[in-house]
Amino acid sequence: MSTVATSPRFKDNARKALGDRELQSALKFVEVNFIARRREVADKLPEFEALRDSARDIKDHTLAHLDLYLEAYEKRVTEQGGQVHYAVTADDACRIALDICRELGAKTVTKGKSMIGEEIGINDFLEANAITPIETDLGEYIIQLRHELPSHIIAPAVHLTKAQVEADFRRAHSHLPADRSLVEPETMLAEARAVLREKFLAADVGITGANFLVAETGSSIIVTNEGNGDLTQTLPKAHIVLASIEKLVPTLEDAAQMLRVLARSATGQEMSVYTTVSTGPRRADDPDGPGAYHVIILDNGRSAMLGGQFREMLRCIRCGACMNHCPVYHAVGGHAYGWVYPGPMGAVLTPSLIGVDKAGHLPNASTFCGRCEEVCPVRIPLPKLMRHWREREFERHLSPATVRSSLALWAFFAKRPWLYRAATSLAMRALAFLGRGRGRFRWLPLASSWTRHRDFPTPQGASFQAQWKKRSSP
Amino acid sequence: MEETVIAMSARDTILASIRASLGVTGQEAPRRKIVADRLSAHPAGVVPRRGQLPAPERAELFARMVEAAAGTLASVASAEDVPSAVAAFLRRHNLPPSVQRGGDDLLAALPWQREPSLEVAVGPSDGRQLASVSHAFGAVAETGTLVLTAGPDNPTTLNFLPDNHIVVVEAKDIAGDFETVLARLRDRFGDSLPRVVNMITGPSRSADIEQTLILGAHGPRRLHVIVVGEGAGPATGTG
Repeated sequence: MSTVATSPRFKDNARKALGDRELQSALKFVEVNFIARRREVADKLPEFEALRDSARDIKDHTLAHLDLYLEAYEKRVTEQGGQVHYAVTADDACRIALDICRELGAKTVTKGKSMIGEEIGINDFLEANAITPIETDLGEYIIQLRHELPSHIIAPAVHLTKAQVEADFRRAHSHLPADRSLVEPETMLAEARAVLREKFLAADVGITGANFLVAETGSSIIVTNEGNGDLTQTLPKAHIVLASIEKLVPTLEDAAQMLRVLARSATGQEMSVYTTVSTGPRRADDPDGPGAYHVIILDNGRSAMLGGQFREMLRCIRCGACMNHCPVYHAVGGHAYGWVYPGPMGAVLTPSLIGVDKAGHLPNASTFCGRCEEVCPVRIPLPKLMRHWREREFERHLSPATVRSSLALWAFFAKRPWLYRAATSLAMRALAFLGRGRGRFRWLPLASSWTRHRDFPTPQGASFQAQWKKRSSP
Repeated sequence: MEETVIAMSARDTILASIRASLGVTGQEAPRRKIVADRLSAHPAGVVPRRGQLPAPERAELFARMVEAAAGTLASVASAEDVPSAVAAFLRRHNLPPSVQRGGDDLLAALPWQREPSLEVAVGPSDGRQLASVSHAFGAVAETGTLVLTAGPDNPTTLNFLPDNHIVVVEAKDIAGDFETVLARLRDRFGDSLPRVVNMITGPSRSADIEQTLILGAHGPRRLHVIVVGEGAGPATGTG
């Protein structure tokens, strides 16, 4: 029941996004705020780079022993009265969650923010089965009202302006006075808080994700700023944790290493407000907490990724730093990527999960500037992995004929340097002659898809190679 | 001869797929030993120097970090002074003189009667209380984080439902780093963690609308820390 992907239409999506004024105005905040805040807290911690190495090593170690850590984790959860369920596919995970809800006679389910929940399309599935899911993270709540996917993995509604949110609240909260003031984000938050407080107290089941699963203790860890995840998991009869296999870390100490890079990379905080370590259901003498604790562990293709070129992607801790620093994401936002995971991490992960035939555009939507790798807290070589996808796409003849033939033509010249130099020098002289006086071309034959969006500058002076040759042989 | 088809459970399918990808059987003794050793030794990784300070400076760092996370903080010399610090906080914010607390020994032993107008109820929150008082298991100076454990002594609902959360922490329980608190958790609770360990750094907040940071999203709008005891350092704020 995963969400239908529009990734095959990335180019159309991107074109629309570039012309969407509200989106463009909302996206400005990403570029400015996230980058500056991350820089600031990273600079304040001299050990930050060493912690990134440590985080990478912990994930690599865990992945190399994943079968054994998974078994150890399951044993600890079970010892403490929790239940572990395994789901090979997204559908399996949805069905397991539904069965738990039905067994408890659940009517409403509150939800903490969970990317796995988005990946498996749990909300649509529950709704189709007469159970009402209510997102409680403010951003997720807003996009649920709009029937949208998140456009960012930690700031789901980052593509919206406050005027859009106001309109959504007026439409959804029709029981409130129509003449109420709802201009400031403070008022909107207060309204959402009041509406959702009722839902928290009435919910039968709470579903959260997990940032980490700890094998040593059988615990799940969630990290939030709002406190919605905690209300979601504390108040109902049962707590369901949705997590994928790569969320495991060996010990609490390992989790502490990961936490030190997570919040700093994500929101630029020293530490998120609420880091909650949950172990099993309510104990005999507990005055509150859920009576049942279930963990649904999802594979959905990840165990296969472990054996291939994309294993390093499984280190990802979903902080969003790669998209926060990505010039392509800044330009088109998250929805253009067409599925659950946007930005550079999405460009690598989405083809693994839904197929390169559907998501082949995503790894091509990169300038290869390398900023994503520079900031990744677990040092995933995202540009290299995107390149792997491009190679596969080419090998599988999925790239369009024009791309293939142009590349073949380019390769013909590139393999013959003397011919390459002669041809480019001829072409440059011709262009310089034709463009003399104007300084730019508004249209060029065979390059119209380039010149449609920008002018082509008239070549001036000698080529780079000629200049370089002159410089290095004085 | 009939073929017997044994359906693999999802668990076995996933484990088999992981093992196929890793090229292992899961029975290799050296791998099993590496994992068992790591789980029992739980080695610490990189621990920031920031929190490695003598007690008074550590408490000062903690206070600075709490305030940097938009929490407020008051220091009192002894536990006897906590009720008046609680009453002062409520007065300052024009809140009714009423708090909810759990059955925690330290909180139960406080001389609440010294604040005769202060009403102190005991038990979890049902969402109607405006202020709660908890006793933190420990704190981390490195980030200004409080560590609370769930149970009848400090019910989890008190950390999230009331608008104002007052947390009492003893100066001696302020550690420099997370690892120290994790070691204390193991000492105190042995093999089994409390149902929930809440690490709390400042009051609830959201920046989901145009990245405007607003306090009081779903949890408390205010987080007030009362540090008790010697080495607590000077009060860094009026709270």
